[in-house]
Amino acid sequence: MGAKHFGAKVARLEDPALLSGRGRFVDDVKIPGMLHACFVRSPYAHARLLGIDPKPALALTGVHAVLAANDLPDPMRSEAMPMLLPNPTISSLCTQHVLARDEVFYVGQPVAVVIADSRYIAEDAAAAVAVQYEALPAVGDCRDGVAEGAPRAHAAIASNVLSTFQLAYGDVDAAFGNAAHVYEEQIWQHRGGGMAMETRAVLASYDAASDLLTVWSGTQTPHIGRRMLADLIGRELESIRMIAPDVGGGFGPKAIFYPEEAVIPAAALKLGRAVKWIEDRREHFLCATQERDQHWDVAIAVDDDGKILGVRGRMLHDTGAFVPWGIIMPYIAAATVPGPYVVPAYRLETKVVLTNKVPTTPVRGAGRPQAVFAMERLLDRVARELQLDRAEVRRRNFIQPEQMPYEVGLIFRDGKPLVYDSGDYPKGLETALAEADYENFRERQRAALNEGRFIGIGIGNYVEGTGLGPFEGVTVRVLPSGKVAVATGATNQGQGTRTTLSQIVAEQIGCRIEDIVMTIGDTGAIAQGVGAFASRQAVNAGCSALLAGQNVRAQLIALAARVLGVNESDIDLDDGKAVANTGNKPMIGFGELARLAQGIPGVSLPAGQAAGLEHTAYYTPPQSAYCSGSHVAEVEVDAMTGGVKILRYTVAHDAGKVINPMIVDGQVQGGVAHGIGNALLEWMQYDEDGQPLTTSFADYMLPMATDVPTCAIAHVETVNPLNPLGVKGAGEGGTIPAPAAIIAAIEDALSPFDVHFTETPLTPERIVAALRAAGAYEKLFAA
Amino acid sequence: MKPAPFDYHAPRQLKEAAELLASLPNAKILAGGQSLVPMLNFRYVMVDHLVDLNGIADLRGIAVADGRLRIGAMTRQRDLETSAEVAQHCPLLAEALRHVGHRQTRNRGTIGGSLAHADPAAELPAVCAAYSALVHIASIRGIRQVAFQEFATGFMATALAPDEMIAAIDLPIWRQGHGYGFREFARRRGDFALAGAAALLDIGAGHVVRRAALSLCGVAASPIRLDAAEAALVGQPLDAGLIRSAAAAAWLVEPIADIHAGAEYRRHLAQVLSTRALTDAARSAGIDVPNLV
Amino acid sequence: MAKQATRLTVNGKGHARIVEQRLTLADFLRHELGLTGTHLGCEHGVCGACTVLVDGRSARSCLMFAVQANGCEVTTVEGLTPDGDKLSVLQQAFVDNHGLQCGFCTPGMLITLSELLRENPTPSEDEVREALTGNLCRCTGYAGIVKAALDAAQRLRAPSQPPPQAGEEK
Repeated sequence: MGAKHFGAKVARLEDPALLSGRGRFVDDVKIPGMLHACFVRSPYAHARLLGIDPKPALALTGVHAVLAANDLPDPMRSEAMPMLLPNPTISSLCTQHVLARDEVFYVGQPVAVVIADSRYIAEDAAAAVAVQYEALPAVGDCRDGVAEGAPRAHAAIASNVLSTFQLAYGDVDAAFGNAAHVYEEQIWQHRGGGMAMETRAVLASYDAASDLLTVWSGTQTPHIGRRMLADLIGRELESIRMIAPDVGGGFGPKAIFYPEEAVIPAAALKLGRAVKWIEDRREHFLCATQERDQHWDVAIAVDDDGKILGVRGRMLHDTGAFVPWGIIMPYIAAATVPGPYVVPAYRLETKVVLTNKVPTTPVRGAGRPQAVFAMERLLDRVARELQLDRAEVRRRNFIQPEQMPYEVGLIFRDGKPLVYDSGDYPKGLETALAEADYENFRERQRAALNEGRFIGIGIGNYVEGTGLGPFEGVTVRVLPSGKVAVATGATNQGQGTRTTLSQIVAEQIGCRIEDIVMTIGDTGAIAQGVGAFASRQAVNAGCSALLAGQNVRAQLIALAARVLGVNESDIDLDDGKAVANTGNKPMIGFGELARLAQGIPGVSLPAGQAAGLEHTAYYTPPQSAYCSGSHVAEVEVDAMTGGVKILRYTVAHDAGKVINPMIVDGQVQGGVAHGIGNALLEWMQYDEDGQPLTTSFADYMLPMATDVPTCAIAHVETVNPLNPLGVKGAGEGGTIPAPAAIIAAIEDALSPFDVHFTETPLTPERIVAALRAAGAYEKLFAA
Repeated sequence: MKPAPFDYHAPRQLKEAAELLASLPNAKILAGGQSLVPMLNFRYVMVDHLVDLNGIADLRGIAVADGRLRIGAMTRQRDLETSAEVAQHCPLLAEALRHVGHRQTRNRGTIGGSLAHADPAAELPAVCAAYSALVHIASIRGIRQVAFQEFATGFMATALAPDEMIAAIDLPIWRQGHGYGFREFARRRGDFALAGAAALLDIGAGHVVRRAALSLCGVAASPIRLDAAEAALVGQPLDAGLIRSAAAAAWLVEPIADIHAGAEYRRHLAQVLSTRALTDAARSAGIDVPNLV
Repeated sequence: MAKQATRLTVNGKGHARIVEQRLTLADFLRHELGLTGTHLGCEHGVCGACTVLVDGRSARSCLMFAVQANGCEVTTVEGLTPDGDKLSVLQQAFVDNHGLQCGFCTPGMLITLSELLRENPTPSEDEVREALTGNLCRCTGYAGIVKAALDAAQRLRAPSQPPPQAGEEK
């Protein structure tokens, strides 16, 4: 059977409603009588919480309640939130209370919540709640946090180093001891926030008649959220339904379970009214998790040919005030450094440092951009020192396709040995270089220089573990109407989940895509789920859709064959009908078959026939699926202002088999935009006391349409042998190597001045400062 | 982010607006709203009264007379951008407007609002400084005129009393064929300038500079005229060397520093952008000058 | 709470309401009129998700008050779909060119582009990008939006040619 839907550029099912303004985001959901919430938040980065006086707020008309920690039900009243990803190296259990108890640990931490008739009134009242604090010394920078005599980020935790771990294999000391060349770099990397266009949102409504607490949340993980909420609010799992409706972008921060997702439902229960909380953008800047600073001290040992003998170093990671998702982000960073290269010996020591800032958790790329940046800067350094072409250095060190599956030597964050299942890294690079016309770049560069223009080219390569487990289920059920109901724990924040899963199901069972009625992101529709993060849904939910679809296909064929009196091999499924391809081609519609599959009350089903035409599959991947790619950035630098323009951006992308090329390209292009932001623009600034300085879109720069060129995207499909679809994840690859490629290109553009950069974001001001220090302006102003 | 409560007033006549401003406590003018309303939404600013001037027809309009362009304070930036009179008589203004915000903000934003808000990085105040604009200020006491250099008094501060409003701005029209240039450096398109330079040159026979104006935005608490640069230019034949030495006067400024840029960098930008703006001005007046920086 | 009457036309239909004076136009459209297509992404006039047309000109509805819109004609994204469910040329171009992912910024994009194409039926790619600087998107990296705008411009110039159907292509 030729593929009709899988691999096709199918128009997105999500589009018509979103385009005509009929999307249904949390704030679009209206429950009669609903009230509105506004949180009172700490203005201090670190303080003792002495008392809360709600009376001035309660005096305002339209205010229904002011709730603090002691007004909440057990266990959330006094127990801290569960930590989702524990790790033995974490020295203290470190998660927050949903509403602060005796101490606050970052600016914006929720302390109380006001419930009122409107958000306008709730904000008036929140400003009136009188809270007494006693300021405590705060840790504003992770480097200060590890210094001798540093203040405690948490009064009760003696050391700000929450975890120290090492990832290593091979004999690193020997490698370095015997090396012909050793090069060191100190690297500062800052990544900012996911900054989805829709802020967080929670609407909770309790129906006493059915004893069901329904929560709409702009979350990437409603099933996990429901579990967390059940634990915190003390209710049975099945008495809670969490729904992620249309969600306006995720990118990682919405995968976390937040205090507000517990407090708002608690308020709804307490008041007997629906309560809605829509985060505003300032709150988002203060309280939505982000990635942030890492300081790397790394070295590479190579032979005279530039072949890697070993890589070693230390990394300091700013984890913020809590670790809701443990230490996976620095862990992933540490495990990603070897990348697509043969690195015979490796050792990275990581210190995870508490600071009095909002927690850091994965943002698109999840620590990998930092690892790639470190490795690619080291390789560029090797190229420069040994006077080799930068692409050539990569070629000499790539893992070759015939070495697949390739065991790196580390344990990855999925708990399994880091084994790349498939990939052709040399082909990826050559594809990107050809598409970028790398070969003729030096000529372009010379021509530009003659005109007084500085252009440069840079390369970035990466390997990314995607499709992380444990599972994502899909139920396929043919309905008596002929429609096909599909339910999944997968969610959608723009990646087109509905469309891609429909393509797979329609492909398998031969129904029309428009006949699929899919429920996503709803704990009421499927019992178990995980959600969207780590580019996992195409693999997990995609394969479940395949397996469920295959199962239902077999059931349809078996039943149709029985009903039509032909062999199963004579049945074709297409367009929602089972057609026998013998005789006068009798056929029967799926709806009719579904009715028959319900049986007759009191009568046994024929032997071999299952009830209904349905199947639920929970595919569990054996390990991560490793995708890879190569990026080539061509930039122009205005040496006088430090302004950078990206002239051309090329991506060769291997995400295994592609379900919908339009959607995959969209993910790559969108990912590159985040990478450009990380490289040049995005910086969440705090002062040394942990006070946030960038709290609006005026201060925090997101890329605009004039900042992001349209990428040339080439696909290199190395099939994933470990899952039945052969797919890998595609959501983050656009971001991961972008800062490496862009900073390398800037350095290349300014090579006449011999300036070097090991930091992101790289601002125009820093470029000018480096040029000045290198004496560039003596030459340039005199020209 | 919802604003704190206020009473809203929408006068239809200038006189009514003046009376409201004189009598209402803690009142602010609502013009385009593109700067004020974000501050209200953040609750950085809380007012008891908003006096909306958008309904006063007398405050809008562009008219040419007596060698000057008179612009009503409530004239939309977008209307200035598309105005034939502005393009013909004050091309520096037209050029600068291309850098002011985004189309949505120019659709509502007004020239008066920009001058009254007095953000140090704003382009329009720097243009008015270059033109030595005259600001007409209205209140219940009547209309008074203030030269722009006295109007802009400091960081987000002007000579406006709490009950006064800008009624109109006069831009003197430079001789036909004059040179103009506006250059700014911003992190992204439409952002406030980290630094910007506005240049006007009146060039006579033998390329001799008869008159020059060079102002900077984003560099100090309010727009500054580079008197030293102007003095260096006037009376000299314009060429690359003159531009370079005039622009070097930008090095004397004492720039502000904030999270967007430090002082050293702004000073550097001031010199670069002054050079480029003067170069543009020279070229627009028909003098061929190479790229200097 | 200070309240005031406001009378405005939205998508061709007249509405008269008494509202709190500080109620923003965005909140009025979304909650008073139930037109939830206009979105709030920042409430400080940068992201453009709230963009509507006020008397034909694109404007940030988070920076206007409903009482200010008295006497105005407002067009929201719901007003761009001329015949109920049938997508406009611009909207169809978004489908065909993957001009949206999560859809949150999309209404604002559509409004801004509808103004651009009305003022400039033959925009260049640079002009499209320039016009879009007041609308932030965090999902698409803008490529699909720019392609959709240029595609729509072309289709609007040659209306006799039926647009290619968004269907399945390999």
